[in-house]
Amino acid sequence: MSVSGLSEPSMPFDLSDRANIKIKVRGLNFFYGAFQALYDNHLDIAEKKVTAFIGPSGCGKSTHIRTYNRMFSLYPEQKATGEIILDGQNILEENIDLIELRTRVGMVFQKPTPFPMTIFDNVAYGLRLKARLPKSELEARVEDALKGAALWDEVKDNLHSLGTDLSGGQQQRLCIARAIAVEPEVILMDEPCSALDPVATYKIEELIDKLKEQYTIVIVTHNMQQAARVSDYTAFFYLGRCIEFGPTEEIFTAPKKKETEDYITGRFG
Amino acid sequence: MKFRSRTRRKAINLIALILAGLSAAIGLFFLIWIIFEITQKGISSINWAFFTELPVPPGETGGGLSNAIMGSIIITLIATVIGVPIGVLAGTYLSEFGYGRLSAIIRFITNTFVSAPSIVVGVFVYSIMVVPLKGFSGLAGGISLAIIMLPVITRTTEEILRLVPVGLREAALALGAPYWKMVVSIVYRAGKKGLITGIILAIARVSGETAPLLFTALNSPYWPSGLMEPMANLTVTIFNYAMSPYEDWQAKAWGGAFLITCALLIVNILSRVIVRQKG
Ligand SMILES: Nc1ncnc2c1ncn2[C@@H]1O[C@H](COP(=O)(O)OP(=O)(O)O)[C@@H](O)[C@H]1O
Ligand SMILES: [Mg+2]
Repeated sequence: MSVSGLSEPSMPFDLSDRANIKIKVRGLNFFYGAFQALYDNHLDIAEKKVTAFIGPSGCGKSTHIRTYNRMFSLYPEQKATGEIILDGQNILEENIDLIELRTRVGMVFQKPTPFPMTIFDNVAYGLRLKARLPKSELEARVEDALKGAALWDEVKDNLHSLGTDLSGGQQQRLCIARAIAVEPEVILMDEPCSALDPVATYKIEELIDKLKEQYTIVIVTHNMQQAARVSDYTAFFYLGRCIEFGPTEEIFTAPKKKETEDYITGRFG
Repeated sequence: MKFRSRTRRKAINLIALILAGLSAAIGLFFLIWIIFEITQKGISSINWAFFTELPVPPGETGGGLSNAIMGSIIITLIATVIGVPIGVLAGTYLSEFGYGRLSAIIRFITNTFVSAPSIVVGVFVYSIMVVPLKGFSGLAGGISLAIIMLPVITRTTEEILRLVPVGLREAALALGAPYWKMVVSIVYRAGKKGLITGIILAIARVSGETAPLLFTALNSPYWPSGLMEPMANLTVTIFNYAMSPYEDWQAKAWGGAFLITCALLIVNILSRVIVRQKG
Protein backbone atom coordinates (compact mmCIF):
# COMPACT_ATOMS: atom_id res chain seq x y z
CA MET A 1 0.00 0.00 0.00
CA SER A 2 1.88 3.07 -1.13
CA VAL A 3 0.78 6.61 -1.52
CA SER A 4 2.52 8.84 -3.98
CA GLY A 5 4.23 11.90 -2.56
CA LEU A 6 5.11 10.34 0.78
CA SER A 7 8.36 8.58 1.44
CA GLU A 8 8.11 4.82 1.78
CA PRO A 9 8.27 3.43 5.30
CA SER A 10 11.85 2.34 5.88
CA MET A 11 12.87 -0.46 8.19
CA PRO A 12 10.82 0.21 11.29
CA PHE A 13 12.76 1.21 14.33
CA ASP A 14 13.29 -1.80 16.58
CA LEU A 15 12.53 -1.09 20.20
CA SER A 16 12.84 -4.58 21.56
CA ASP A 17 16.52 -4.42 22.53
CA ARG A 18 16.02 -1.19 24.51
CA ALA A 19 12.83 -1.71 26.44
CA ASN A 20 10.04 -4.12 27.21
CA ILE A 21 7.28 -3.68 24.72
CA LYS A 22 3.86 -3.16 26.23
CA ILE A 23 1.86 -2.60 23.07
CA LYS A 24 2.75 -3.71 19.57
CA VAL A 25 0.84 -2.08 16.75
CA ARG A 26 0.96 -3.89 13.42
CA GLY A 27 -0.76 -2.92 10.19
CA LEU A 28 -3.41 -0.82 11.92
CA ASN A 29 -6.03 0.70 9.61
CA PHE A 30 -8.94 2.75 10.83
CA PHE A 31 -12.23 3.68 9.20
CA TYR A 32 -14.89 6.25 10.02
CA GLY A 33 -17.57 4.64 7.88
CA ALA A 34 -16.10 4.74 4.39
CA PHE A 35 -13.42 7.28 5.27
CA GLN A 36 -10.06 5.75 6.08
CA ALA A 37 -8.27 7.77 8.78
CA LEU A 38 -5.29 5.49 9.53
CA TYR A 39 -3.17 3.55 7.07
CA ASP A 40 -1.01 0.61 8.04
CA ASN A 41 0.31 2.05 11.31
CA HIS A 42 3.21 0.22 12.81
CA LEU A 43 4.87 1.05 16.11
CA ASP A 44 5.77 -0.20 19.58
CA ILE A 45 4.93 1.31 22.97
CA ALA A 46 7.68 0.79 25.55
CA GLU A 47 6.67 -0.30 29.03
CA LYS A 48 6.98 2.34 31.76
CA LYS A 49 8.16 4.96 29.31
CA VAL A 50 6.46 7.96 27.80
CA THR A 51 5.64 7.77 24.12
CA ALA A 52 4.51 10.97 22.41
CA PHE A 53 2.44 11.22 19.25
CA ILE A 54 3.06 14.36 17.24
CA GLY A 55 1.89 15.56 13.85
CA PRO A 56 -0.26 18.20 12.20
CA SER A 57 -3.86 18.44 13.26
CA GLY A 58 -6.13 15.94 11.55
CA CYS A 59 -3.32 13.44 10.91
CA GLY A 60 -4.91 10.73 13.04
CA LYS A 61 -3.22 11.01 16.46
CA SER A 62 -6.51 10.94 18.38
CA THR A 63 -7.89 8.25 16.13
CA HIS A 64 -4.82 6.13 16.78
CA ILE A 65 -4.72 6.55 20.55
CA ARG A 66 -8.45 5.79 20.85
CA THR A 67 -7.85 2.33 19.44
CA TYR A 68 -5.75 1.31 22.46
CA ASN A 69 -8.78 1.21 24.76
CA ARG A 70 -11.26 0.47 21.98
CA MET A 71 -13.06 3.75 22.73
CA PHE A 72 -14.15 3.78 19.10
CA SER A 73 -16.21 0.60 19.64
CA LEU A 74 -18.87 2.86 21.11
CA TYR A 75 -19.67 4.00 17.58
CA PRO A 76 -21.04 1.29 15.30
CA GLU A 77 -19.76 2.93 12.12
CA GLN A 78 -16.13 3.03 13.28
CA LYS A 79 -13.85 0.10 12.58
CA ALA A 80 -10.18 -0.86 13.02
CA THR A 81 -8.29 -3.62 11.26
CA GLY A 82 -4.81 -4.99 11.88
CA GLU A 83 -3.31 -5.87 15.23
CA ILE A 84 -2.82 -4.09 18.53
CA ILE A 85 -1.06 -6.54 20.79
CA LEU A 86 -1.21 -5.72 24.48
CA ASP A 87 0.91 -8.15 26.48
CA GLY A 88 0.62 -10.77 23.76
CA GLN A 89 -3.08 -10.42 23.14
CA ASN A 90 -4.66 -8.73 20.13
CA ILE A 91 -7.18 -6.33 21.62
CA LEU A 92 -8.90 -5.78 18.28
CA GLU A 93 -10.34 -9.28 18.45
CA GLU A 94 -14.10 -9.50 18.75
CA ASN A 95 -14.23 -11.43 22.00
CA ILE A 96 -12.12 -8.98 24.01
CA ASP A 97 -13.71 -7.95 27.31
CA LEU A 98 -13.84 -4.18 26.87
CA ILE A 99 -14.50 -3.53 30.53
CA GLU A 100 -11.40 -5.43 31.56
CA LEU A 101 -9.38 -3.78 28.77
CA ARG A 102 -10.41 -0.32 29.95
CA THR A 103 -9.46 -1.00 33.53
CA ARG A 104 -6.01 -1.95 32.22
CA VAL A 105 -5.76 0.95 29.77
CA GLY A 106 -6.95 4.24 31.25
CA MET A 107 -7.51 7.48 29.41
CA VAL A 108 -7.33 11.20 30.06
CA PHE A 109 -9.11 13.40 27.54
CA GLN A 110 -8.32 16.72 25.94
CA LYS A 111 -11.07 18.61 27.72
CA PRO A 112 -11.17 17.89 31.47
CA THR A 113 -14.22 15.71 32.15
CA PRO A 114 -14.99 15.83 35.87
CA PHE A 115 -18.19 13.97 36.68
CA PRO A 116 -21.00 16.00 38.24
CA MET A 117 -20.24 14.71 41.74
CA THR A 118 -17.84 15.38 44.60
CA ILE A 119 -14.08 15.21 44.24
CA PHE A 120 -14.09 12.10 46.38
CA ASP A 121 -16.78 10.39 44.33
CA ASN A 122 -15.00 11.29 41.11
CA VAL A 123 -11.86 9.47 42.21
CA ALA A 124 -13.81 6.62 43.79
CA TYR A 125 -15.91 6.10 40.66
CA GLY A 126 -13.68 3.51 39.03
CA LEU A 127 -12.88 1.81 42.34
CA ARG A 128 -16.56 1.36 43.13
CA LEU A 129 -17.10 -0.24 39.74
CA LYS A 130 -14.53 -2.89 40.47
CA ALA A 131 -15.36 -3.95 43.99
CA ARG A 132 -17.12 -2.98 47.18
CA LEU A 133 -14.24 -1.79 49.28
CA PRO A 134 -14.54 -1.08 53.00
CA LYS A 135 -14.83 2.65 53.65
CA SER A 136 -11.39 3.02 55.18
CA GLU A 137 -9.71 1.31 52.25
CA LEU A 138 -11.68 3.34 49.75
CA GLU A 139 -10.61 6.53 51.51
CA ALA A 140 -6.99 5.40 51.51
CA ARG A 141 -7.07 4.59 47.80
CA VAL A 142 -8.69 7.90 46.94
CA GLU A 143 -6.03 9.70 48.95
CA ASP A 144 -3.25 7.76 47.22
CA ALA A 145 -4.67 8.56 43.81
CA LEU A 146 -5.00 12.26 44.61
CA LYS A 147 -1.45 12.29 45.94
CA GLY A 148 -0.31 10.45 42.83
CA ALA A 149 -1.91 13.15 40.71
CA ALA A 150 -0.32 15.92 42.83
CA LEU A 151 -3.74 17.26 43.78
CA TRP A 152 -4.08 16.07 47.38
CA ASP A 153 -2.66 19.16 49.08
CA GLU A 154 -5.01 21.42 47.16
CA VAL A 155 -8.22 19.48 47.80
CA LYS A 156 -7.74 17.50 51.00
CA ASP A 157 -9.91 19.91 52.98
CA ASN A 158 -12.81 19.92 50.55
CA LEU A 159 -13.05 16.40 49.21
CA HIS A 160 -16.82 16.71 49.36
CA SER A 161 -17.19 19.76 47.21
CA LEU A 162 -17.99 19.38 43.54
CA GLY A 163 -15.25 18.27 41.15
CA THR A 164 -16.73 20.58 38.55
CA ASP A 165 -15.93 23.60 40.76
CA LEU A 166 -12.16 23.10 40.49
CA SER A 167 -9.99 25.12 38.11
CA GLY A 168 -9.21 23.67 34.69
CA GLY A 169 -5.77 22.44 35.68
CA GLN A 170 -7.10 20.93 38.88
CA GLN A 171 -9.91 19.27 36.96
CA GLN A 172 -7.40 17.67 34.63
CA ARG A 173 -5.34 16.38 37.56
CA LEU A 174 -8.59 15.10 39.07
CA CYS A 175 -9.14 13.16 35.86
CA ILE A 176 -5.62 11.79 36.13
CA ALA A 177 -6.28 10.82 39.76
CA ARG A 178 -9.47 9.11 38.68
CA ALA A 179 -7.59 7.19 36.01
CA ILE A 180 -4.73 6.06 38.26
CA ALA A 181 -7.05 5.14 41.14
CA VAL A 182 -7.97 1.90 39.37
CA GLU A 183 -4.26 1.17 38.85
CA PRO A 184 -4.20 0.69 35.11
CA GLU A 185 -1.09 -0.52 33.29
CA VAL A 186 -1.26 2.04 30.51
CA ILE A 187 -2.46 5.65 30.61
CA LEU A 188 -3.50 7.32 27.38
CA MET A 189 -3.54 11.10 27.27
CA ASP A 190 -4.98 12.96 24.32
CA GLU A 191 -3.60 16.51 24.42
CA PRO A 192 -4.14 16.71 28.19
CA CYS A 193 -2.72 20.23 28.44
CA SER A 194 -4.27 21.91 25.44
CA ALA A 195 -6.97 23.58 27.54
CA LEU A 196 -4.59 24.61 30.34
CA ASP A 197 -2.45 27.61 31.16
CA PRO A 198 1.38 27.31 31.31
CA VAL A 199 1.55 26.80 35.08
CA ALA A 200 -1.05 24.03 35.04
CA THR A 201 0.69 22.55 32.00
CA TYR A 202 3.99 22.52 33.86
CA LYS A 203 2.41 20.68 36.78
CA ILE A 204 0.98 18.01 34.51
CA GLU A 205 4.32 17.56 32.76
CA GLU A 206 6.04 17.12 36.10
CA LEU A 207 3.40 14.61 37.02
CA ILE A 208 3.88 12.61 33.83
CA ASP A 209 7.57 12.36 34.62
CA LYS A 210 6.72 10.86 37.99
CA LEU A 211 3.96 8.60 36.72
CA LYS A 212 6.15 6.81 34.23
CA GLU A 213 7.95 5.00 37.05
CA GLN A 214 4.77 3.03 37.46
CA TYR A 215 2.77 3.37 34.27
CA THR A 216 3.20 3.10 30.54
CA ILE A 217 2.19 6.47 29.15
CA VAL A 218 1.10 7.45 25.69
CA ILE A 219 0.53 11.16 25.12
CA VAL A 220 -0.75 13.05 22.11
CA THR A 221 0.52 16.59 21.92
CA HIS A 222 0.53 19.35 19.36
CA ASN A 223 3.28 21.05 21.31
CA MET A 224 6.68 19.85 20.17
CA GLN A 225 8.56 21.31 23.12
CA GLN A 226 6.26 19.30 25.32
CA ALA A 227 6.97 16.12 23.38
CA ALA A 228 10.68 16.82 23.65
CA ARG A 229 10.42 17.51 27.38
CA VAL A 230 8.29 14.62 28.55
CA SER A 231 8.73 11.72 26.17
CA ASP A 232 11.25 8.93 25.72
CA TYR A 233 9.94 7.91 22.32
CA THR A 234 8.15 9.88 19.67
CA ALA A 235 5.96 8.86 16.78
CA PHE A 236 5.33 11.32 13.98
CA PHE A 237 2.01 10.98 12.20
CA TYR A 238 1.15 12.48 8.87
CA LEU A 239 -2.00 11.96 6.79
CA GLY A 240 -3.00 8.88 8.75
CA ARG A 241 0.39 7.25 8.56
CA CYS A 242 2.94 6.69 11.27
CA ILE A 243 5.76 8.19 9.25
CA GLU A 244 8.58 7.96 11.74
CA PHE A 245 9.08 6.44 15.13
CA GLY A 246 12.11 6.39 17.40
CA PRO A 247 13.79 7.72 20.52
CA THR A 248 12.67 11.30 21.09
CA GLU A 249 16.14 12.86 20.89
CA GLU A 250 16.77 11.18 17.54
CA ILE A 251 13.44 12.30 16.10
CA PHE A 252 14.13 15.87 17.15
CA THR A 253 17.82 16.09 16.32
CA ALA A 254 18.20 13.74 13.38
CA PRO A 255 14.88 12.93 11.74
CA LYS A 256 15.21 10.42 8.95
CA LYS A 257 12.14 11.46 6.98
CA LYS A 258 11.68 14.71 5.16
CA GLU A 259 8.09 15.14 6.43
CA THR A 260 9.27 14.80 10.03
CA GLU A 261 11.99 17.33 9.54
CA ASP A 262 9.63 19.77 7.87
CA TYR A 263 7.18 19.43 10.73
CA ILE A 264 9.61 19.80 13.62
CA THR A 265 11.36 22.71 12.00
CA GLY A 266 7.98 24.38 11.68
CA ARG A 267 7.77 24.35 7.92
CA PHE A 268 4.15 23.22 8.11
CA GLY A 269 1.46 22.23 10.58
CA MET B 1 -28.32 58.25 2.57
CA LYS B 2 -26.39 56.79 5.43
CA PHE B 3 -28.15 59.05 7.88
CA ARG B 4 -31.58 58.19 6.51
CA SER B 5 -31.02 54.46 6.64
CA ARG B 6 -29.87 54.82 10.21
CA THR B 7 -33.03 56.68 11.26
CA ARG B 8 -35.03 54.11 9.36
CA ARG B 9 -33.32 51.30 11.18
CA LYS B 10 -33.96 53.02 14.46
CA ALA B 11 -37.63 53.52 13.59
CA ILE B 12 -38.10 49.87 12.62
CA ASN B 13 -36.37 48.88 15.80
CA LEU B 14 -38.75 51.02 17.81
CA ILE B 15 -41.85 49.68 16.05
CA ALA B 16 -40.71 46.08 16.59
CA LEU B 17 -40.09 46.84 20.24
CA ILE B 18 -43.54 48.37 20.69
CA LEU B 19 -45.26 45.46 18.93
CA ALA B 20 -43.40 42.88 20.99
CA GLY B 21 -44.10 44.76 24.19
CA LEU B 22 -47.76 45.07 23.29
CA SER B 23 -48.11 41.35 22.57
CA ALA B 24 -46.50 40.53 25.87
CA ALA B 25 -48.81 42.98 27.63
CA ILE B 26 -51.92 41.45 26.01
CA GLY B 27 -50.86 37.94 27.02
CA LEU B 28 -50.07 39.05 30.54
CA PHE B 29 -53.32 41.01 30.78
CA PHE B 30 -55.49 37.98 30.11
CA LEU B 31 -53.40 35.77 32.36
CA ILE B 32 -53.75 38.22 35.24
CA TRP B 33 -57.44 38.65 34.50
CA ILE B 34 -58.00 34.89 34.67
CA ILE B 35 -56.06 34.56 37.91
CA PHE B 36 -57.85 37.59 39.37
CA GLU B 37 -61.29 36.30 38.38
CA ILE B 38 -60.61 32.81 39.71
CA THR B 39 -59.19 34.13 42.95
CA GLN B 40 -62.02 36.59 43.49
CA LYS B 41 -64.77 34.07 42.85
CA GLY B 42 -62.99 31.02 44.23
CA ILE B 43 -61.29 32.08 47.41
CA SER B 44 -64.54 32.61 49.30
CA SER B 45 -65.44 28.91 48.83
CA ILE B 46 -62.17 27.79 50.36
CA ASN B 47 -62.61 26.86 53.99
CA TRP B 48 -61.86 23.91 56.22
CA ALA B 49 -64.98 22.03 55.14
CA PHE B 50 -63.97 22.39 51.49
CA PHE B 51 -61.02 20.10 52.16
CA THR B 52 -62.57 17.77 54.72
CA GLU B 53 -66.22 17.22 53.91
CA LEU B 54 -68.08 15.31 51.24
CA PRO B 55 -70.38 17.10 48.82
CA VAL B 56 -73.96 17.65 49.92
CA PRO B 57 -76.98 17.00 47.65
CA PRO B 58 -77.90 19.75 45.19
CA GLY B 59 -79.86 22.58 46.70
CA GLU B 60 -78.37 22.24 50.17
CA THR B 61 -75.45 24.43 51.13
CA GLY B 62 -72.24 23.43 52.93
CA GLY B 63 -70.12 20.33 52.49
CA GLY B 64 -66.89 20.16 50.57
CA LEU B 65 -64.92 18.48 47.81
CA SER B 66 -62.63 16.28 49.91
CA ASN B 67 -63.49 13.25 47.77
CA ALA B 68 -62.65 15.03 44.53
CA ILE B 69 -59.38 16.38 45.93
CA MET B 70 -58.39 12.90 47.11
CA GLY B 71 -59.54 11.33 43.84
CA SER B 72 -57.49 13.76 41.77
CA ILE B 73 -54.45 13.00 43.89
CA ILE B 74 -54.96 9.24 43.46
CA ILE B 75 -55.53 9.47 39.70
CA THR B 76 -52.49 11.70 39.23
CA LEU B 77 -50.44 9.32 41.38
CA ILE B 78 -51.48 6.34 39.25
CA ALA B 79 -50.58 8.29 36.10
CA THR B 80 -47.20 9.22 37.59
CA VAL B 81 -46.35 5.71 38.74
CA ILE B 82 -47.11 4.31 35.28
CA GLY B 83 -46.10 7.20 33.04
CA VAL B 84 -42.85 8.43 34.57
CA PRO B 85 -40.81 5.19 34.61
CA ILE B 86 -41.95 4.11 31.15
CA GLY B 87 -41.42 7.59 29.75
CA VAL B 88 -37.96 7.99 31.27
CA LEU B 89 -36.89 4.55 30.06
CA ALA B 90 -38.26 5.15 26.57
CA GLY B 91 -36.50 8.53 26.42
CA THR B 92 -33.31 6.86 27.62
CA TYR B 93 -33.63 4.28 24.88
CA LEU B 94 -34.03 6.99 22.25
CA SER B 95 -31.13 9.04 23.53
CA GLU B 96 -28.66 6.22 24.25
CA PHE B 97 -29.52 3.59 21.67
CA GLY B 98 -31.53 5.65 19.23
CA TYR B 99 -29.83 4.76 15.96
CA GLY B 100 -31.98 2.05 14.42
CA ARG B 101 -35.33 1.78 12.70
CA LEU B 102 -37.24 0.94 15.85
CA SER B 103 -36.20 4.17 17.52
CA ALA B 104 -37.15 6.16 14.43
CA ILE B 105 -40.63 4.66 14.70
CA ILE B 106 -40.86 5.32 18.45
CA ARG B 107 -39.68 8.88 17.95
CA PHE B 108 -42.28 9.47 15.23
CA ILE B 109 -45.12 8.06 17.34
CA THR B 110 -43.98 10.04 20.36
CA ASN B 111 -43.92 13.30 18.44
CA THR B 112 -47.35 12.57 17.00
CA PHE B 113 -48.86 11.81 20.39
CA VAL B 114 -47.40 14.84 22.12
CA SER B 115 -49.85 16.95 20.19
CA ALA B 116 -52.77 14.48 20.11
CA PRO B 117 -55.97 15.90 21.66
CA SER B 118 -56.40 14.39 25.11
CA ILE B 119 -60.03 13.51 24.46
CA VAL B 120 -58.83 11.00 21.87
CA VAL B 121 -56.86 9.23 24.58
CA GLY B 122 -59.96 9.29 26.80
CA VAL B 123 -62.06 7.62 24.11
CA PHE B 124 -59.29 5.10 23.49
CA VAL B 125 -59.07 4.04 27.14
CA TYR B 126 -62.87 4.02 27.27
CA SER B 127 -62.99 1.50 24.45
CA ILE B 128 -60.14 -0.76 25.62
CA MET B 129 -60.85 -0.66 29.33
CA VAL B 130 -64.15 0.85 30.41
CA VAL B 131 -66.26 -1.04 27.86
CA PRO B 132 -64.75 -4.52 28.32
CA LEU B 133 -64.67 -4.19 32.12
CA LYS B 134 -68.19 -2.78 32.09
CA GLY B 135 -67.49 0.20 34.29
CA PHE B 136 -65.82 3.56 34.74
CA SER B 137 -62.90 3.44 37.13
CA GLY B 138 -60.22 5.53 38.79
CA LEU B 139 -57.65 3.14 37.36
CA ALA B 140 -58.85 3.82 33.81
CA GLY B 141 -58.59 7.54 34.60
CA GLY B 142 -55.02 7.14 35.84
CA ILE B 143 -54.09 5.09 32.80
CA SER B 144 -55.49 7.66 30.39
CA LEU B 145 -53.49 10.41 32.09
CA ALA B 146 -50.41 8.15 32.00
CA ILE B 147 -50.83 7.77 28.24
CA ILE B 148 -51.03 11.54 27.85
CA MET B 149 -47.97 11.96 30.05
CA LEU B 150 -45.89 9.28 28.34
CA PRO B 151 -44.91 11.04 25.09
CA VAL B 152 -44.21 14.30 26.93
CA ILE B 153 -41.83 12.62 29.34
CA THR B 154 -40.26 10.47 26.63
CA ARG B 155 -39.46 13.49 24.53
CA THR B 156 -38.14 15.68 27.36
CA THR B 157 -36.03 12.81 28.65
CA GLU B 158 -34.49 12.27 25.23
CA GLU B 159 -33.83 15.98 24.79
CA ILE B 160 -32.30 16.39 28.24
CA LEU B 161 -30.09 13.31 28.03
CA ARG B 162 -28.82 14.29 24.60
CA LEU B 163 -27.46 17.49 26.11
CA VAL B 164 -25.08 15.49 28.31
CA PRO B 165 -21.67 15.83 26.63
CA VAL B 166 -20.25 12.80 24.82
CA GLY B 167 -16.96 13.42 26.65
CA LEU B 168 -18.61 12.64 29.97
CA ARG B 169 -19.95 9.32 28.70
CA GLU B 170 -16.63 8.36 27.17
CA ALA B 171 -14.80 9.28 30.37
CA ALA B 172 -16.98 6.92 32.40
CA LEU B 173 -16.70 4.12 29.85
CA ALA B 174 -12.93 4.65 29.74
CA LEU B 175 -12.83 3.78 33.45
CA GLY B 176 -14.39 0.42 32.67
CA ALA B 177 -17.99 1.26 33.45
CA PRO B 178 -20.58 -0.96 31.75
CA TYR B 179 -22.83 1.08 29.48
CA TRP B 180 -25.98 0.86 31.64
CA LYS B 181 -24.05 1.84 34.74
CA MET B 182 -22.58 4.83 32.93
CA VAL B 183 -26.09 5.92 31.94
CA VAL B 184 -27.44 5.58 35.47
CA SER B 185 -24.51 7.08 37.36
CA ILE B 186 -23.35 9.76 34.93
CA VAL B 187 -25.94 10.63 32.31
CA TYR B 188 -28.92 10.66 34.68
CA ARG B 189 -26.95 12.56 37.25
CA ALA B 190 -25.77 15.17 34.77
CA GLY B 191 -29.32 15.59 33.48
CA LYS B 192 -30.98 15.29 36.88
CA LYS B 193 -32.31 18.83 37.16
CA GLY B 194 -33.74 18.86 33.68
CA LEU B 195 -35.31 15.45 34.18
CA ILE B 196 -36.98 16.41 37.44
CA THR B 197 -38.27 19.65 35.97
CA GLY B 198 -39.62 17.84 32.92
CA ILE B 199 -41.36 15.25 35.07
CA ILE B 200 -42.91 17.84 37.37
CA LEU B 201 -44.23 19.87 34.46
CA ALA B 202 -45.65 16.75 32.79
CA ILE B 203 -47.45 15.80 36.01
CA ALA B 204 -48.76 19.34 36.32
CA ARG B 205 -49.96 19.24 32.76
CA VAL B 206 -52.03 16.07 33.11
CA SER B 207 -53.41 17.02 36.51
CA GLY B 208 -55.45 19.73 34.80
CA GLU B 209 -56.99 17.37 32.22
CA THR B 210 -60.77 16.98 32.17
CA ALA B 211 -61.85 15.43 28.88
CA PRO B 212 -60.06 12.07 29.25
CA LEU B 213 -61.46 11.64 32.78
CA LEU B 214 -65.04 12.16 31.55
CA PHE B 215 -64.66 8.90 29.62
CA THR B 216 -62.74 6.94 32.21
CA ALA B 217 -62.88 7.87 35.89
CA LEU B 218 -66.14 9.71 35.40
CA ASN B 219 -67.00 11.23 38.79
CA SER B 220 -68.60 10.24 42.05
CA PRO B 221 -70.22 11.92 45.04
CA TYR B 222 -68.54 9.42 47.39
CA TRP B 223 -65.17 9.07 48.99
CA PRO B 224 -62.88 6.98 46.69
CA SER B 225 -63.47 3.38 47.73
CA GLY B 226 -61.61 1.36 45.12
CA LEU B 227 -59.59 1.72 41.95
CA MET B 228 -62.19 -0.17 39.93
CA GLU B 229 -65.01 2.20 40.87
CA PRO B 230 -65.88 5.56 39.32
CA MET B 231 -63.73 8.08 41.14
CA ALA B 232 -64.40 11.64 42.17
CA ASN B 233 -61.93 14.16 40.77
CA LEU B 234 -61.59 17.90 40.74
CA THR B 235 -61.63 18.67 37.04
CA VAL B 236 -64.80 16.75 36.19
CA THR B 237 -66.41 18.08 39.37
CA ILE B 238 -65.62 21.62 38.28
CA PHE B 239 -67.10 20.84 34.89
CA ASN B 240 -70.31 19.37 36.38
CA TYR B 241 -70.75 21.98 39.10
CA ALA B 242 -70.09 24.91 36.82
CA MET B 243 -72.79 23.66 34.43
CA SER B 244 -75.30 23.10 37.23
CA PRO B 245 -78.05 25.59 38.08
CA TYR B 246 -77.22 25.58 41.82
CA GLU B 247 -75.43 28.61 43.14
CA ASP B 248 -73.58 26.75 45.86
CA TRP B 249 -72.24 24.23 43.33
CA GLN B 250 -71.13 27.03 41.03
CA ALA B 251 -69.28 28.61 43.91
CA LYS B 252 -67.63 25.26 44.67
CA ALA B 253 -66.57 24.97 41.04
CA TRP B 254 -64.79 28.33 41.36
CA GLY B 255 -63.19 27.07 44.55
CA GLY B 256 -61.95 23.96 42.77
CA ALA B 257 -60.58 26.05 39.90
CA PHE B 258 -58.81 28.27 42.40
CA LEU B 259 -57.31 25.23 44.12
CA ILE B 260 -56.00 23.72 40.88
CA THR B 261 -54.60 27.06 39.76
CA CYS B 262 -52.75 27.44 43.06
CA ALA B 263 -51.41 23.88 42.86
CA LEU B 264 -50.12 24.41 39.32
CA LEU B 265 -48.57 27.74 40.29
CA ILE B 266 -46.75 26.13 43.20
CA VAL B 267 -45.56 23.24 41.04
CA ASN B 268 -44.23 25.62 38.40
CA ILE B 269 -42.42 27.70 40.99
CA LEU B 270 -41.01 24.50 42.47
CA SER B 271 -39.58 23.45 39.12
CA ARG B 272 -37.98 26.90 38.74
CA VAL B 273 -36.39 26.58 42.15
CA ILE B 274 -34.96 23.20 41.21
CA VAL B 275 -33.43 24.61 38.03
CA ARG B 276 -31.83 27.48 39.92
CA GLN B 277 -30.40 25.24 42.61
CA LYS B 278 -26.69 24.54 42.51
CA GLY B 279 -25.33 21.03 42.17
N1 LIG C 1 -15.98 11.05 14.23
C1 LIG C 1 -15.38 11.20 13.05
N2 LIG C 1 -16.03 10.92 11.90
C2 LIG C 1 -15.44 11.07 10.71
N3 LIG C 1 -14.18 11.48 10.53
C3 LIG C 1 -13.46 11.77 11.63
C4 LIG C 1 -14.02 11.64 12.95
N4 LIG C 1 -13.08 12.00 13.86
C5 LIG C 1 -12.00 12.33 13.14
N5 LIG C 1 -12.20 12.20 11.80
C6 LIG C 1 -11.25 12.44 10.71
O1 LIG C 1 -10.16 11.57 10.89
C7 LIG C 1 -8.93 12.24 10.62
C8 LIG C 1 -8.02 12.14 11.84
O2 LIG C 1 -8.60 12.88 12.90
P1 LIG C 1 -7.97 12.91 14.34
O3 LIG C 1 -7.58 11.54 14.71
O4 LIG C 1 -8.93 13.60 15.22
O5 LIG C 1 -6.68 13.82 14.12
P2 LIG C 1 -5.72 14.50 15.18
O6 LIG C 1 -6.07 14.02 16.54
O7 LIG C 1 -4.35 14.11 14.75
O8 LIG C 1 -5.91 15.98 15.03
C9 LIG C 1 -9.29 13.66 10.24
O9 LIG C 1 -9.32 13.74 8.84
C10 LIG C 1 -10.68 13.84 10.80
O10 LIG C 1 -11.42 14.73 10.02
MG1 LIG D 1 -6.80 15.12 18.26
